[in-house]
Amino acid sequence: MVGRVSGGAAPRSAISGVLPLIAKRIGSALVTLLLVSAVVFTISGLLPGDAAQETLGQSATPEQVAALRHEMGLDRPALTRYVDWLGGMAQGDPGRSLVANMPVREVISARLPNSLMLAGFTALVSVPLALAIGIASAINRGGRLDRTLNVLTLSAVAVPEFLVATLGVLVFSVKLLWLPSIALVSEDASLWDTLRSCALPVLSLSVVVIAQMARMTRAAVADQLDRPYVEMARLKGVPFRRVVLFHVMPNAVGPIVNAVALSLSYLLGGAIIVETIFNFPGLASLMVNAVTSRDMPLLQACAMIFCAIYLTLVLVADVVAILANPRLRAQ
Amino acid sequence: MSRFASFAKSLPLSGRIGLSLVLFWLAVALVGPAVAPHGVGAFVDQDVFSPVSSAFPLGSDYLGRDVLSRLLWGARYTVFLGAGAALLACLIGTTLALTAAVRGGWVDEVLSRAMDTLISIPSKIFALVMVAAFGSSLALLLTITAITYVPGNYRIARALAVNVVSLDFVTVARARGEGGLHVALREVLPNMIHPLLADFGLRFVFIVLLLSGLSFLGLGVQPPYADLGSLVRENMSGLVDGAPAIVMPALAIATLTVGANLLIDALKPVEKQG
Repeated sequence: MVGRVSGGAAPRSAISGVLPLIAKRIGSALVTLLLVSAVVFTISGLLPGDAAQETLGQSATPEQVAALRHEMGLDRPALTRYVDWLGGMAQGDPGRSLVANMPVREVISARLPNSLMLAGFTALVSVPLALAIGIASAINRGGRLDRTLNVLTLSAVAVPEFLVATLGVLVFSVKLLWLPSIALVSEDASLWDTLRSCALPVLSLSVVVIAQMARMTRAAVADQLDRPYVEMARLKGVPFRRVVLFHVMPNAVGPIVNAVALSLSYLLGGAIIVETIFNFPGLASLMVNAVTSRDMPLLQACAMIFCAIYLTLVLVADVVAILANPRLRAQ
Repeated sequence: MSRFASFAKSLPLSGRIGLSLVLFWLAVALVGPAVAPHGVGAFVDQDVFSPVSSAFPLGSDYLGRDVLSRLLWGARYTVFLGAGAALLACLIGTTLALTAAVRGGWVDEVLSRAMDTLISIPSKIFALVMVAAFGSSLALLLTITAITYVPGNYRIARALAVNVVSLDFVTVARARGEGGLHVALREVLPNMIHPLLADFGLRFVFIVLLLSGLSFLGLGVQPPYADLGSLVRENMSGLVDGAPAIVMPALAIATLTVGANLLIDALKPVEKQG
């Protein structure tokens, strides 16, 4: 909007004004990721006892433990170990999985695409529904529809994923026999079979995400409806439908995309429960297995991937907010 | 009691439903074991996963135990661990936030940067890493779930405290020569207590969901103890039979968290007025 006022040269200057801001935001995200890696490594790599002692058990002699400690590199200073670990992680080689006895990278690369596919399907289902619910309640603010949707989404946010999942299985797999209760995803499965086995996991994930996203969308649109320009347009006699579509929506796109990106980060937590229930071969169920078997290299790698995805989503949300806000652009 | 009644009347319908659900689960947690028809580990049914009947109002579980009794016993772990951890999270978070706001300067910088880092780790991931490292005894679970939600409380409490600290009466108190502790506890804290209570409620909902999630994954409350999440987990094999043993505990958790959420939301406008 700044560009339109000040003529042809303005778009370039607007973008060059934003770039340092965005670069700064990306830099700060990278610093946060570095600090997060330090936290994850400290908790999982330094604090809990001695991995060598644990591997060998109580009956091992001190010499055996010392030898294994040396072999595993546990006798080196903590900082050296952290730098090594971080270097490996950055180069895409986070070490060997203790349980699977293969490189962590191979274990993860077999699982990651499945999780991304699940997240993609969930986003495809939940974004349009959430936007429709959010915009509908914002437009009917205070009305019966808004109040009903408010109580519904408020309740859905607090429903545990495993309730939705078990009810879904009961209705669609046990009673109606429409869908499989276990997600069998493999490369030879046809697209139809893959879709069918993803249906219940996607349903279980969507409920909370849709509710969260709809609430944030409603807040974003309602905030725009309170602005003076909306009152001005209404006083001019512009029909309400037109005000919403052509005045409010262009301004609400930024906050809405922001809300969508932030809500999608709720997928990460939900996936942990949902993938486990349906035996879905994804990254989150892999991480749960890593916790159960105390496979620390695998656990650390999974945790870092989740944190990186989370930080990326928040970063996208922030960058969109910067791009959509002329005042931030002008800074 | 009449004050309570007028408070309940001032709530919208959804808030009243929420209030009664929360009170119901509080009562169950307190007196549940006393009114349970059977012992928590008693094998009372010949069958397993039997449906709802007059002898077993919520059916029986995978070992032929009474689901209603298990639920009445299990609710206390969910409710009290959740409330305890939420209280701990708010105590730590608010103490740090008050320190940061009253001291300012590098203390504020360091604390806020540290909390920003912790808040960038998704809560379930953070809790899983800590459970993997330390284990999951009841005391550890209380600590782990509390630590997971400290950064969230810190962020809210610091924002509130920074606003109050900039007000005139705090400057006056400082000019009077009051120490930092007095300023934090007597001047700042009383002026942010209402939003903090709402945040305590939210932390409680998050922590109950996290805790039951962990127990559901087999990483939370360990046998011989069982919270509501463990009840869902141990009966998962009954899912194909559509056993009530699996749906009832899951519904129990949902009514608790949904109730708390509805109650908190209903309290919001009251805050704005007062």
